[in-house]
Amino acid sequence: MERKEIFEKLTDIFRGVMDNDEIILEENTTAEDIEEWDSLTHVQLIESIENVFGIKFSAKEMSSWDDMSEFVDSIMSKLKN
Amino acid sequence: MKTLQELKRNLKKDNSELPSIKVALAGDTATQLLGVAIRAMGVERGYNIDFFEAEFSQVEQQLLSPDSDLNQFDADFIVVFQSSHKLGEKHSLLPVERKELLADERIGFVASVCTNPNLSNKKIIYFNYPEIGDTVFGSYANKVESSFTYQVRKLNFELMKLAERCPNLFICDLAELQNKFGRDNMFAPNTYANTEMVLKMDVLPYVASRVMDILCAVKGQFKKCLILDLDNTVWGGVIGDDGMEGIQLGHGLGIGKMFTEFQMWVKKLKQRGIIICVASKNNEETAKEPFEKHPDMVLSLDDIAVFQANWETKVDNIRTIQGILNIGFDSMVFLDDNPFERNMVRENIPGITVPELPEYPEDYLEYLYSLNLFETASYSNLDKDRTKQYQVEAQRVSLSKTFTNEADFLKSLNMVSVVSGFTKFNIPRIAQLSQRSNQFNLRTIRYTDADIEALANDPNVIDLCFTLEDKFGDNGLIAVVIMKPLDKETLFVDTWLMSCRVLKRGMENFTLNTMVERAKGKGYNCIVGEYLPTPKNSMVSEHYPQLGFTPIEGSDTKQWVIDLEKYKERECFIIKK
Repeated sequence: MERKEIFEKLTDIFRGVMDNDEIILEENTTAEDIEEWDSLTHVQLIESIENVFGIKFSAKEMSSWDDMSEFVDSIMSKLKN
Repeated sequence: MKTLQELKRNLKKDNSELPSIKVALAGDTATQLLGVAIRAMGVERGYNIDFFEAEFSQVEQQLLSPDSDLNQFDADFIVVFQSSHKLGEKHSLLPVERKELLADERIGFVASVCTNPNLSNKKIIYFNYPEIGDTVFGSYANKVESSFTYQVRKLNFELMKLAERCPNLFICDLAELQNKFGRDNMFAPNTYANTEMVLKMDVLPYVASRVMDILCAVKGQFKKCLILDLDNTVWGGVIGDDGMEGIQLGHGLGIGKMFTEFQMWVKKLKQRGIIICVASKNNEETAKEPFEKHPDMVLSLDDIAVFQANWETKVDNIRTIQGILNIGFDSMVFLDDNPFERNMVRENIPGITVPELPEYPEDYLEYLYSLNLFETASYSNLDKDRTKQYQVEAQRVSLSKTFTNEADFLKSLNMVSVVSGFTKFNIPRIAQLSQRSNQFNLRTIRYTDADIEALANDPNVIDLCFTLEDKFGDNGLIAVVIMKPLDKETLFVDTWLMSCRVLKRGMENFTLNTMVERAKGKGYNCIVGEYLPTPKNSMVSEHYPQLGFTPIEGSDTKQWVIDLEKYKERECFIIKK
């Protein structure tokens, strides 16, 4: 899957979980940039993303990414496998 | 079932018009998302939940200490979620000789919560324990009392016994949900590690649904009736075309077995008091033939309260059934294999539940089980006779048509009523009536067994219940009156409800005569009655004026009063036994 397509899917998921249609995701977006992104929405994001992409994150990975670009790198490497 | 994300949208709506209910949640793991799911599911069921979540993992203090935040909140329902995970941690840290006491200690705690006087008027919804097969002993755990497997199974069994004894304790069957889904679909180790949530997001709507099923049942919102199509629902094939030899029903291999098992489930429902009806597009004789003659039919005509087989539409037949049974459409479930029929009924009959049966009949049962359609908050031994009572009613209706004069018809019934107070034998039925009665119910107050017991023990309360029997049969206990003193001279009717099965028999007059006699005997001068309107009880809006009460001017709600000195006994053809 192309990076762009992953960003599009993630944007849908973020907008759904956080119920905010104005969220825009960029490579350097972090949790600080999105008001609704807290530990409760984070866990919902993770489970939604696992379902949509058919992948699984480890407990360590779930709390490790600093920004969207690291997050998407992680998703891409899982999709390759 | 909606997903959590879809359900969450309910919480953004303005739900202030919905009836409010106070629910508290106490758990020993991270339960915020469960709380969100419960609140959102509450909106689905028509409730605006006023919600309190206890501080993380303070279950014991919050429940047992009288001035805890949870107790200050004064909830109607307290949901308690003590997880198998935390129980497992406790088990592993106990010395070997104390491991076999784990279940007893936990039951001791739950019992102390249920018998705590501060919590006696609250309903406790307590999750039972899904198993975690730690395989420390393998299957041999079944022989080792101190094993975790043994203790969890013992605990779940003891919880059932406790729930039988404590009428305000309701077990929410989380273990059963895990049986259906499997632990791998309920629990995600990666999420648990980071958040201490023991329930996956995907399963939260189902858990919240089971909690709300209990809450709704206590509140009187539950299914009373199952209406069945026949062809390809109750047997395989079409009786009109295939004939008795051609329809698929029976034991051995093949699809016939699945229909037999479906009928066995329906039989169990009938035995527990669900009213079973038939709505089928067939000649009546053709449709009845398998019930009378097919050796593999599990259901018999005796099991069916109303049998509508004709060429009318299903919608019309269901309306006819409603007219006979006199219960709301929203208390009915309709099963039909044909999606077209299902859609017609959904579109034309408001409130009825029409499950979207799967395409293949072998899948019907597991699908129907997953919907948990028949939750209840009461059950009495007498429930199994409910179908018979509706059949007998049909006989009375036939007889009444032969009389031109209503008084003569009523006299011919030889009606007799037994009046008594609330006793340990009739408490379940009284509580059940208070939860089920929607139409002939002046104030629609819902009581549990525990509530009724408290009223029975209160010396100031006049508690009355009435049976009605006639030459056709016994209707059992059908009316309940609770009167409380307002002052030395005045009694207030807290509750007056009656089963719709005995309307138009003169029971209202008999009841009032009895109420007045009791009240005068205790030295009261007048009785005040109140009507609290709901969407379902408009039939009793003029109940008190029709009985000769006069309106009370200037009261906030609709109230009337009757003077006992001036009261003249009202005519009825019911005699007291």
